[in-house]
Amino acid sequence: MFEYAPAPESRSVVDLKPSYGLFIDGRFVDPTDGGSFKSINPASEEVLAEIAEGGPQDVDRAVRAARKAYEKVWGPMAGRDRAKYLFRIARIIQERSRELAVLESLDNGKPIRESRDVDLPLVAAHFFYYAGWADKLPHAGFGSNPQPLGVAAQVIPWNFPLLMLAWKIAPALAAGNTVVLKPAETTPLTALLFAEICQQADLPAGVVNIVTGAGETGRALVEHEGVDKVAFTGSTDVGRAIARAVAGSRKKLTLELGGKAANIVFDDAPVDQAVEGIVNGIFFNQGHVCCAGSRLLVQESVAEQVLESLKRRMALLRLGDPLDKNTDIGAINSAEQLARIRELTEAGAAEGAQQWSPPCELPERGFWFAPTIFTGVTQAHRIARDEIFGPVLSVLTFRTPAEAVEKANNTPYGLSAGIWSDKGSRILWMADRLRAGVVWANTFNKFDPTSPFGGYKESGYGREGGRHGLEAYLNV
Amino acid sequence: MTATTTSARSDLSELGRSETALRTFLHGLPGVDQVGAEQRAAQLGTRSIKTSAKAQAIDLAIRMVDLTTLEGADTPGKVRALAAKALRPDPADPSCPHVGAVCVYPLMVPHVAEVLRGSGVHLASVATSFPAGQAPLEIKLADVRAAVAAGADEIDMVINRGAFLAGRYSEVYDEIVATKEASGDAHLKVILETGELATYDNVRRASWLAMLAGGDFIKTSTGKVPVAATLPVTLVMLEAVRDFRAATGRQVGVKPAGGIKTTKDAIKYLVMVNETVGPDWLDPDWFRFGASSLLNDLLMQRTKLTTGVYAGPDYFTLD
Repeated sequence: MFEYAPAPESRSVVDLKPSYGLFIDGRFVDPTDGGSFKSINPASEEVLAEIAEGGPQDVDRAVRAARKAYEKVWGPMAGRDRAKYLFRIARIIQERSRELAVLESLDNGKPIRESRDVDLPLVAAHFFYYAGWADKLPHAGFGSNPQPLGVAAQVIPWNFPLLMLAWKIAPALAAGNTVVLKPAETTPLTALLFAEICQQADLPAGVVNIVTGAGETGRALVEHEGVDKVAFTGSTDVGRAIARAVAGSRKKLTLELGGKAANIVFDDAPVDQAVEGIVNGIFFNQGHVCCAGSRLLVQESVAEQVLESLKRRMALLRLGDPLDKNTDIGAINSAEQLARIRELTEAGAAEGAQQWSPPCELPERGFWFAPTIFTGVTQAHRIARDEIFGPVLSVLTFRTPAEAVEKANNTPYGLSAGIWSDKGSRILWMADRLRAGVVWANTFNKFDPTSPFGGYKESGYGREGGRHGLEAYLNV
Repeated sequence: MTATTTSARSDLSELGRSETALRTFLHGLPGVDQVGAEQRAAQLGTRSIKTSAKAQAIDLAIRMVDLTTLEGADTPGKVRALAAKALRPDPADPSCPHVGAVCVYPLMVPHVAEVLRGSGVHLASVATSFPAGQAPLEIKLADVRAAVAAGADEIDMVINRGAFLAGRYSEVYDEIVATKEASGDAHLKVILETGELATYDNVRRASWLAMLAGGDFIKTSTGKVPVAATLPVTLVMLEAVRDFRAATGRQVGVKPAGGIKTTKDAIKYLVMVNETVGPDWLDPDWFRFGASSLLNDLLMQRTKLTTGVYAGPDYFTLD
């Protein structure tokens, strides 16, 4: 046997403070309302830092700072000068990418391989991409002189903390808006390090404000009267509440919500690559991915072969210390999320689907869930309908392309889908019929800042990324 | 599983009898998506192999080296020196294992055989009008018989790429079968020359063709064309031997050759073997590196791990 020795990435690149304040008007300040909470490492349950909890008064301070910066500095600034700051931020992110990657893995639980090779390169790429747009907005297709909206309230989830920050902040700033961003309460640390990067880049005070806290802080932010734009990524339930809260106001809204994507494997698929794509589709980031390929639709004639290959491949997944460079599956982000995954998988087993996981030793401390597949799943099972947001795959079969389309679309969600086939004409035929914002062909979970991303139906509205992503932050 | 394996086994042995059956089978193999295969190979290349795992990998890699010289300028003196190095790669450290085999041209086989006799190091000879294979079949087979008679216990043959690319699969198949027969007890490694096959679909088909015809090993390259072994090509070949064993019960070895120069490269290949076909192939009987300069880099890294310091290249023999 060839056992890989532990290869941990060093923690020493990260300089964690015992406590963090709110980042308002270019400075870290204590919260007026005084609360705090702890951010822990989900792989060990160790407390990483004490985080300030922003209350309504803090949110008000942040929004006012953002308004002042918008009116006095950032709004009037020439696009090429805004670009200069964004390019500078992008370069600093690249320079400090190891530090950011380690911190992301510590706070989120995701494997360092992913934060190093996926999250951080995409974060920098997003800032570079939108920096390029800042002085070219008249050519973006939204009129000859598109204007920013003002102050954007942005609430982001815990699955890709820094990447979601980049998706929100980069286009907003490029278009001339200022922002107040609330990171998720379980993963605030990279956003706070990003605040330090804003200071390092000499970004004018108040252009970026980071207010940490939980749901109540987020509610205060999106409901604040001084906000012109709300952007939210997270669960469909919270998205609905936000849509209700801003209804009838002047606030523009974009929502990027849940998903239950179908990954569709035809009998002429390149099997080995399809299996990699299935694994990447559902086990990437422990399945904490809104566009995860959580429903495998496999053509009946190859189902047995594909499942056999899939199980063999799953047995090779290495679960454990997120900072080990050879880890494939890290920790579940929180006890709460772990409980939800457990509840849904128990429902899957109780409803009669067959559960399978490879032999997999789970660490004693921290939050862990073994990679799992369910076979014999039907459209009526809860695990085929509800978003599990964990490393759990539901396997269904189909007989014809039309049946595959029908089953893939038979969900209230519509964020993404995957097609695996060697036949180009079938891929195009399917892509025309799938009601999903992103359709991947012979690949999965591929992201690029030039490519718009967003949902159909209850997966949300508005697009992030690409030229289209500017629209959400311009008065068009 | 056993029932399907048995029936599959009898089916496959019939394939070589008909051009149509062979073509239908080879073209019915699942395709390879180029982007996906290259991405998987690159991902495996990011594994971090350190300390005890690295030491284990280096010793295994040394045991898997087919120490090779295939030059027009090869002489008895040159190949004897190479054979001596194969037996004791690191004269300063008796705990260093010997390599897997020495690989030379047929004319050099007797000189190497003298040195290797009884050592456990195999003696491979390229044959079949290596590297182009552009000679009449009878001459290729005579080449093989001469090499075996001179003492080679492994034969590295080249396939007829011209026939393969022209779709004359039976011709390629029959040549491999004839070469296998001419090799007698010697192990037959079938060189696909993947750099000339161009697509991964072709690599997969050629791999199956070579295995169906009785090859004991499939090997990437001669080292004589610009593109030699790559990680994605080796991945596709490893998937082929894995699937072939599942279908027939027979295990076939894999040998990437050419362009593998550093310990880091070699370890990437071993990781790929480990995570594609598993520990059954992590053995010199089932996986080899066709290389020459790789050995000294392995020895340098091995010395670094045991002593903690890098020794200069002058401390390692150039043979």
